[in-house]
Amino acid sequence: MELNIIVLAKQVPDTRNVGEQAMNADGTINRAALPAVFNPEDLNALEQALLLKDSNPGSKVTVLTMGPARAADILREALYRGADEGVLLTDRAFAGADTLATSYALSTAVRKIGKFDIVLCGRQAIDGDTAQVGPQVAQMLGLPQITCVRKVLSMNDGVLVAERGIENGVEVVKASLPLLLTVEGVAAPCRPRNAYRMLRFHRAATPSEQASEGYRYSSQAKSDEALCLKEWSLEYIGGDASRCGLSGSPTKVKKVENIVFRAKESKRYSSSDCDLKALVAELVENHTIG
Amino acid sequence: MNYYSENRELQHFLKHPLLQRIVAMKERDYSQAGEFAYAPIDFSEAMEGYEGVLQLVGEMCADVVAPNAARIEEDGPKVVDGRVVYAPATEENLDLFKKAGLMGVSLPRRFGGLNFPVAVFTMMQELVCRADAGFGNLWGLQDCAATINNFGNDGQRERYLPMVSAGATMSMDLTEPDAGSDLQSARLKATYSEEEGCWYLDGVKRFITNGDSDIHLVLARSEEGSVDGRGLSLFICEKSCGRVKTRRIEDKMGIHGSPTCEVVFDHAPAELCGSRKMGLIKYVMSLMNGARLGIATQSVAIAQAAYSEAADYARSRKQFGKTIINLPPVYEMVGTMKARLDAARSLLYETARNVDMSYQFADLARERTLAPEERTESKFFSKKADALTPLIKGMGSEIANMNAYDAVQVHGGSGYMRDYLCERLYRDARITSIYEGTTQLQVVAAIRYAASGYYKELLDEYLAIDVPEQLKPLRERIISMAESYKAALEKVQALESQEALDFLARRIYEIAAYSIMASLLMRDAVADEALFSASLHRFVAVAESVLAAHTAYIGNFTMELLNQYK
Repeated sequence: MELNIIVLAKQVPDTRNVGEQAMNADGTINRAALPAVFNPEDLNALEQALLLKDSNPGSKVTVLTMGPARAADILREALYRGADEGVLLTDRAFAGADTLATSYALSTAVRKIGKFDIVLCGRQAIDGDTAQVGPQVAQMLGLPQITCVRKVLSMNDGVLVAERGIENGVEVVKASLPLLLTVEGVAAPCRPRNAYRMLRFHRAATPSEQASEGYRYSSQAKSDEALCLKEWSLEYIGGDASRCGLSGSPTKVKKVENIVFRAKESKRYSSSDCDLKALVAELVENHTIG
Repeated sequence: MNYYSENRELQHFLKHPLLQRIVAMKERDYSQAGEFAYAPIDFSEAMEGYEGVLQLVGEMCADVVAPNAARIEEDGPKVVDGRVVYAPATEENLDLFKKAGLMGVSLPRRFGGLNFPVAVFTMMQELVCRADAGFGNLWGLQDCAATINNFGNDGQRERYLPMVSAGATMSMDLTEPDAGSDLQSARLKATYSEEEGCWYLDGVKRFITNGDSDIHLVLARSEEGSVDGRGLSLFICEKSCGRVKTRRIEDKMGIHGSPTCEVVFDHAPAELCGSRKMGLIKYVMSLMNGARLGIATQSVAIAQAAYSEAADYARSRKQFGKTIINLPPVYEMVGTMKARLDAARSLLYETARNVDMSYQFADLARERTLAPEERTESKFFSKKADALTPLIKGMGSEIANMNAYDAVQVHGGSGYMRDYLCERLYRDARITSIYEGTTQLQVVAAIRYAASGYYKELLDEYLAIDVPEQLKPLRERIISMAESYKAALEKVQALESQEALDFLARRIYEIAAYSIMASLLMRDAVADEALFSASLHRFVAVAESVLAAHTAYIGNFTMELLNQYK
């Protein structure tokens, strides 16, 4: 079966190698001091997409990212590793988006891509660590979702079976296509960049990049469509500006604190309604939610 | 971590001016860009491509190959039913390199290769061997495909080279129980069946690196009744025929991940590569030169790994209230290791560039007749490549051993424990001065260039360069080294005894090698003084002391002394 697969990916500051200059005095991230990388779990998602493509020849993997112009770097990185196409969603109107506004923009762009069978993304990004965007995109697109996927076990007749991580174990679940999967870091690592693809796709560029002075591969891009990365604006995808960027973001940062964990505190709740209600009440009370 | 981006000394060798010419020839003036989507449009794009792929290899080696090496050391390969089963982590490495498209690095594009120059392949091999010398063998043996490309027929190129690019492994099956250094006594039998129009191989090969490879290059006796090298031919034999089995794997001191096999050919069908009777005289000599450059590369890689381990340890270990790198006996050792490493690397890449140029002319000569000036250049580069290869194989491997020895010494008692990497490096280094021709055989290969005065010519060429004021005294000292080399050689030649020449050859060889390495390192320091000046100062001092010892021995030598050895 030929699948249309979309991978949502994010370019993030590399918080795994944090030096002294990583944080500004006001508690915000000093992006200049941290290299920008492909969010690690999104690479796990890309590998799952490529594995599905391997076992379903003729499938197409499109990588979609939202971010500033330099985020095109991760689209090239995805092409080096085996993706077929890259879409950069970029517009000043998207700036300052929280997870809700991001999910809105991404889901609108996914609709614009049109035909798709499976949407994949990493469970969470290492800069915000919310794990909200995947589930929200699924919700907005009205798709079934399997979160925390470790492995796709099978895919037949439009039904996908996956193993997902849960606390203290795994569970095997199935869902019908189209659907959205979020993938955990313990899933198969992404295949390496491929030398042949690097030598070809380092020329891949968005229209803005192609128009810049230093771009030397215009004649190659004319004859090799794969070298043309897509660059979409809010207007192009037909989104509602009030639901994007800062204006579409109900989350307001009140204060940033540096927390040092000293002791491990955990509580266990059963899955009974009574316990869950008590948990929600507690979280509302201490302002974790609500 | 990334073995490439953190190694500025190695990066320096991608900037050499001769690469511009090598790449232009290799790319046929960038004429393939229309035909292959991954072919460069010009020199600048080609360099960008090499740089990117070297970054990739540097990352894979530091992140995957190096950590896997410890597991491979534990598990090792095994023989099951005549087949070699690699350690799981070896399989992991091979799979990674296949997926990364790094199995046909220097093969032409029409056979699925990346078409990279030897100089760039050599840099990649240095990165791989630094992470794991044993795995470096399995991966580096892809270079055997050059022999099929150079001497096989079109059908063989079209069949085997794409297999190699896609990940088929190779081996060179030369050594036999009674034919080691003396390959001309090889006995494995090749018989031609007129009915089937096919050659068959019968016999045993021994000490074969990666002997259960997919594609074997086999040296065999095709001329019944012959006894010397002129009766030997080269054959290509595929594992898929099912008639080549591994009988056992040797239990070695080091490079545990690289299976050394005893291989049995039981009427195995094979194809003749090139012409009959030219196996040893022509093809194996070429194959061995490629393999010697490979081992020289492995040697420099081990010298680098040993230096890095020693320097890191010396900078962190505290004794007598300070880190030991601040103690003169320690920084003398560590600083000398770095100087030897930089000197050996300089000679390695000088050799690789000349091998590249000689390959380019050989390639061109297969396409059309060379013009007279091209023929002159072709000879110039292949002579240089032939003369430099035994120098770097011999000296590089000796330097790998010196650095590995010193790395253990810097670690003190800890270095003798398996917990530290330097212990493995010490064992891995030991083979480099033995296989693909011992250092003593490198001396034999090099001595004619020494005796003919060719190395002196090379020294004059390398020393003829404008140097900044502050390096002039060092150049004068290297010029004196070149003079003492000439004097020592004259003294030996005046003895008019072949036996005395053979007896003293190692010393003559080392005098030439140290002088040439010093002159090449000087050129690097001229190009990038900040990076190489310290190593140059140290290396010239070390080289002078080696030369003084050797010239004293030669100066005092009499035939009477030689008799005292008997």
